[in-house]
Amino acid sequence: MNKNIKKSLKKNKYNYGFYTKIKSKTFPLGLNSKIIKRISKIKNEPEWMTTLRLKSYYYWKKNKKKYPEWANLQYKKLNFNKISYFSGIKNKKDKRIIKTFDKLGLPINKRNNTVSIDYVFDSISINTTYNKILKKHGIIFCSISEAIIKYQKLIKKYLGSVVPYYDNFYSSLNTAVFSDGSFCYIPKGIKCPIDLSTYFRINNGKIGQFERTLIIVDEGGSVSYLEGCTAPIRQNNQLHAAVVELIALKNSKIKYSTVQNWYPGDKNGKGGIYNFVTKRGICKKKSKISWIQVETGSSVTWKYPSCILEGDNSIGEFRSISLSKNYQQIDTGSKMIHIGKNTSSLIISKGISTNYSKNTYRGLVKICKSAKNSKNYTQCDSLLIGNKCSTYTYPNIISMNKTSKIEHESTISKIEEEQIFYCNQRGISKEKAMAIIVSGFSYNIITKLPLEFALEAKELLNIELENSVG
Amino acid sequence: MLKIKNLYSSINNTLIIKNLNLKINNGEIHILMGPNGSGKSTLSYIITGKPKYKINKGKIIFCKKIINTLSPDKISKLGIFLSFQNPIEIDGITMFNFFKNIKKKNNLKKIYKLCKILNIDKKDLYRFFNLGFSGGEKKKNEILQMLILKPKFIILDEIDSGLDIDTIKLLFKIIKHYLKNNPKCSLLIITHNTNIIKYIIPNRVHIIYNGSIILSGNSELIYRIEKNGYYSLIKKKHNDK
Repeated sequence: MNKNIKKSLKKNKYNYGFYTKIKSKTFPLGLNSKIIKRISKIKNEPEWMTTLRLKSYYYWKKNKKKYPEWANLQYKKLNFNKISYFSGIKNKKDKRIIKTFDKLGLPINKRNNTVSIDYVFDSISINTTYNKILKKHGIIFCSISEAIIKYQKLIKKYLGSVVPYYDNFYSSLNTAVFSDGSFCYIPKGIKCPIDLSTYFRINNGKIGQFERTLIIVDEGGSVSYLEGCTAPIRQNNQLHAAVVELIALKNSKIKYSTVQNWYPGDKNGKGGIYNFVTKRGICKKKSKISWIQVETGSSVTWKYPSCILEGDNSIGEFRSISLSKNYQQIDTGSKMIHIGKNTSSLIISKGISTNYSKNTYRGLVKICKSAKNSKNYTQCDSLLIGNKCSTYTYPNIISMNKTSKIEHESTISKIEEEQIFYCNQRGISKEKAMAIIVSGFSYNIITKLPLEFALEAKELLNIELENSVG
Repeated sequence: MLKIKNLYSSINNTLIIKNLNLKINNGEIHILMGPNGSGKSTLSYIITGKPKYKINKGKIIFCKKIINTLSPDKISKLGIFLSFQNPIEIDGITMFNFFKNIKKKNNLKKIYKLCKILNIDKKDLYRFFNLGFSGGEKKKNEILQMLILKPKFIILDEIDSGLDIDTIKLLFKIIKHYLKNNPKCSLLIITHNTNIIKYIIPNRVHIIYNGSIILSGNSELIYRIEKNGYYSLIKKKHNDK
């Protein structure tokens, strides 16, 4: 990150908060079957897809009263008729888009040897880099819209297989109106030679972003996938409701890393993104899914990346750092459902709360009767800075057999004055001292991120903290 | 170098330092002694600017500059170093990483050399800061940081407590060597152990009791403490008044 960004963040500014003026086609506010048909039509989707969207929409409408309110969150209820469900720029090759991503530090045209990036701007995927190299290995990496047309067989088989439209309120809504996102398929025995990445940007003011991502890794394959997000500064709250599905077939490996930095709202808690996300993966025999997330943005986050350990000897991992400041609210955690024999899961969740924010861990570890000799280890650590923030832990542990082993460890600590003073005495400023202690606290998560991401995440945590001293 | 004038200081509205005066010249070694709870460590915290302590009255002057209004990191940067009685631990941060934060231009080779002098295993530099260290290892780490920071004024708070005799000897050998190379550097040793005299000869010895220095003298005062204990000296002082 360059010096200017650092400087502006020091002044408690959200640096990605600029808006790009660009010609785009935005749908009128509100949701009805006409809008859904229009979305489907604009994307030239096959009929079965339109039907699926409508089915989800009617289901959502029928269950609209089941608005999820169980989370430890307080926010103004959304008015789903005041959101536009589609905004697509008219010209994908508009220079202003290239400039926007340049400004975000993710140049589209400059070659980066280690990552292939899919750029999503509002409702549309702009460009996917490095396709040629990937094609050589038979790897498919493109926008989900493209995949729905080109790879119908795979989509029909897997879309909604892990997170069905009737799963929850937002999965119904997402299936009905999702606009774009990434699709990835790794063939049998192929280890993806470069990291795959999607960068999501919300630009338009009244639009809700509904991303849909589907990653399939065939037998013996592996992939590392990264996801990044930002949005302009706005007075009103915006909705981001994503669904991510991972399918890890026999002996395969998926590593899914997220750095979520949506606009978190201002100092008084005004504005910001509502981030309601359903992320889930299914593990077949001997496969492994690792979720790694760094959550620093959004005014409200509701997110539980989960694993269904269906196959014997499969492994699920979840590692998370969430940093909340000002009036941010984060309700996050993981679900590990053990079905196969000898399955094992790991949950490490680290929450850092500052100012008036609220940081919650919510988790489910369920070991089914069939999951003999399974293991889970859960560790939840919370760090409080200041005395107006709060932290909560809601672990739910269910074991239905006698041969499995479950461990849960949990700590809550405050940054101690003694630690700060010690660092001060060595000439380290208070802000820097906090950053050192927090980076130590997050050490075993950050080090699991892919290198480029790790540096960014570390910077992000350091900078975010500089403003929360006091 | 350091001058404390009519100092009154309190914590949570309780007065703990009362009319304390102390003057330490360039290159001098002073020993501050006193019974438990007399205010020895407190004084070291006040000099180094620990935020919990409020200065009600008086001045602390270091190199002709009033420092009692400065933040602790600025005081440190002026060249005051405190070796803590109970150094803290930091999880997830290696020793070497911490050293990079206290001094930007840190040469790995040089640190390796210092480790060798202090008899610290090089591998320890990649362990997390003081985590799982023994008492002796923690104190060695303090002195290592002292050598990295090259201070003008050093406070050693109970450096000798809980260490084996070989380590104490080694640490004082290194400290004395440092003073020899930096003849202007002054040293304030806080202890309640009269054995200290075996390792270093002070210019002045002070007895602190109930938040003020009640008796000062040369090294001979230590022998008197050893012979009679603090309380007879304190009592005598009271009677003299």
